[in-house]
Amino acid sequence: MSKKPVQKKEPETTGHEWDGIQEFNNPLPRWWVWVFYLTIIWALWYSIAYPAWPMIKGATSGYLGFSTRANVAEDIQKFVDMNATLETEMAAADLATLEPGSGLHNYAIQSGAATFTTWCSQCHGSGAAGAVGYPNLLDNDWLWGGDVETIATTIRHGIRSEDDDDTRYSEMPAFGDDYLEAEEITNVVAYVMSLSGGEADAAMADAGAVVFADNCTACHMEDGTGDREQGAPNLTDALWLYGDSKEEITAIVSEGPFGVMPAWSAKLSTSQINAVAAYVHQLGGGE
Amino acid sequence: MGILEKHVVLEKNATLLLIGSLLVVSIGGLVEIAPLFYLENTIEDVEGMRPYSPLELEGRNIYVREGCYVCHSQMIRPMRDEVERYGHYSLAAESQYDHPFQWGSKRTGPDLARVGGRYSDEWHVDHLSDPQSVVPESVMPKYAFLADRELSPMYIGDMLETHRMVGVPYTDEMLENAEADFLAQSDPDSDYDDMLERYPGAQVRNFDGHAGVSEMDALIAYMQMLGTLVDFSTFIPDASR
Repeated sequence: MSKKPVQKKEPETTGHEWDGIQEFNNPLPRWWVWVFYLTIIWALWYSIAYPAWPMIKGATSGYLGFSTRANVAEDIQKFVDMNATLETEMAAADLATLEPGSGLHNYAIQSGAATFTTWCSQCHGSGAAGAVGYPNLLDNDWLWGGDVETIATTIRHGIRSEDDDDTRYSEMPAFGDDYLEAEEITNVVAYVMSLSGGEADAAMADAGAVVFADNCTACHMEDGTGDREQGAPNLTDALWLYGDSKEEITAIVSEGPFGVMPAWSAKLSTSQINAVAAYVHQLGGGE
Repeated sequence: MGILEKHVVLEKNATLLLIGSLLVVSIGGLVEIAPLFYLENTIEDVEGMRPYSPLELEGRNIYVREGCYVCHSQMIRPMRDEVERYGHYSLAAESQYDHPFQWGSKRTGPDLARVGGRYSDEWHVDHLSDPQSVVPESVMPKYAFLADRELSPMYIGDMLETHRMVGVPYTDEMLENAEADFLAQSDPDSDYDDMLERYPGAQVRNFDGHAGVSEMDALIAYMQMLGTLVDFSTFIPDASR
C-alpha cells in the first residue's frame, strides 16, 4: 500500500477564485531565481570588463582591453609574419629565372591566383579569358609583350592610367572624325579582315590596302603584325579584342579604342605584383 | 509585505504598469542613444572627409533610387577577410554625410565602400550597361538606360539645401554654385578650379564618355569617389572602439 505524500501545509493562494478553482501563489523554483540573479551579476561584470558605460568624453574601455580594431590588426599581422620570408623572397625574385615547381614558384601561383581573383577578375574574367574590350590572358596574343617581366611592368604601371607617369601609352586616332572618308574606312576594314583570312570583297580589300599603307603602318607595321613597343595589336592572327564582325571593326577604326588598365603599384605590393605576373604568365600564353 | 512583494501594486494597476514600463524603457534609450550625440569618439576626426559634390550627390540619389543597397553594402567590417578583399575597414566618419546611410543589409554583390578608383570609367559603363559582358557569372540587372537619361541641374541647389537642413555642412557658397559645380565636374574642359577648392579630391571627367550629363555620369562619379576621401596615411586608429 503506497503512502500518500504528506502535505505539510496548504500552499498559499492568490485569493482569486473562479467557479471554485483557486490560483496557487507558489514561489518561483529556487534554481530559476538563482540563474536570474546570476545573469544580473554577469551583466555587471561584463559592463566593467568590456567597453560599455558612456562617460563625459568617451565610453569606458573595459579592464580586459578588448578592441575589435586591435583584433583585426593582430589577425592580419599573424598572417603577415607567417608569410614574411616568402613575401621578401617574392618581392626580390628574378621572375625570368623563377623555376617552375620550386617552392617560391608554387607560392607565386597560389597567392597570385588569390590576388587575381580579388583585383583582376572583374575585367579579365575569373578564368582570365577576358571579355570584349578586356584582353584574354590565356592566348598567345599580347599587346605589350608576354614575357613575365613585361607582364609585371604592365601590371605595375597600367595602361593609359592617369595615376602613373610611366604608364604604357599609345592612342589610336578616331579615323572617322576627320582623317578618313566613310568609303575609305569600309575599304580598310575589308583589307584588315582579309589579313587574317576573313571573308572580304577582294576589290574593296585592294583599295583598303592603299589606305592601310598610308595611315596604319606606322603602328601596325606594313604586314599588319603590329608593334608591341606601341601596344599596336597584331591584325593577322584572327584574335580580336573588340570583336571580329565588320560592324565592330568599323566602329574601332572610326572611333578609336582607348582601353584603360589601372596602375597597380599603389594598391598592390611588389611581391603581389610579381606573384600575379607569374600566375598570369603560366596560364597558357606566357612567353 | 516586504520590499520584494511591492510589485503586486504595479501588477494589479494597468496604468501604473504602463507608466513604469515607459520610465524603464526611456532610461534604457537615454543611456544607449543619447551619448552617441555628444561622445567625442562616436565619429572620429579624419582628414579628407567632405560633403559630397553636387554631381556625386546626384549619383548617390540614383544609387538609392535604383535600390543598389539591396544587393551591395557600403560597410567593410573589421575582419581580416574583408580588409584583405575590400581595403581598410569603414569608419563612422565616412558615412557622416550620408542621409540615409548606405551600409546595406546584405551582400548579393560585393561591398562598394571602397570601389572608387578600383576600375576604369569605361569598365563601369560596360558593366552598368551589361554586367554579364564583363562578369559572365554575375546576376546583376542591366542599367543601360541610365546613359540615355539626361540629368538636369535645376533642383540640385534645393537638394544641397535639404541635406544642409539635416546637418551636412554645405556653405552658402556651395549652395550658390551648386548648378555650376554640377556641370563643371562632368566637363574636363570647364573652369573647375573653384569647384575643386570647394570639394577637394573631386574627380573631374566625362565619366560616361558621351556629351551631356547623364545619370550614368553621376552614378559613376559617385562610385569613383566612394572610399577615396579619407587620408589613411594620417589616420591613427583609436584602439578603444
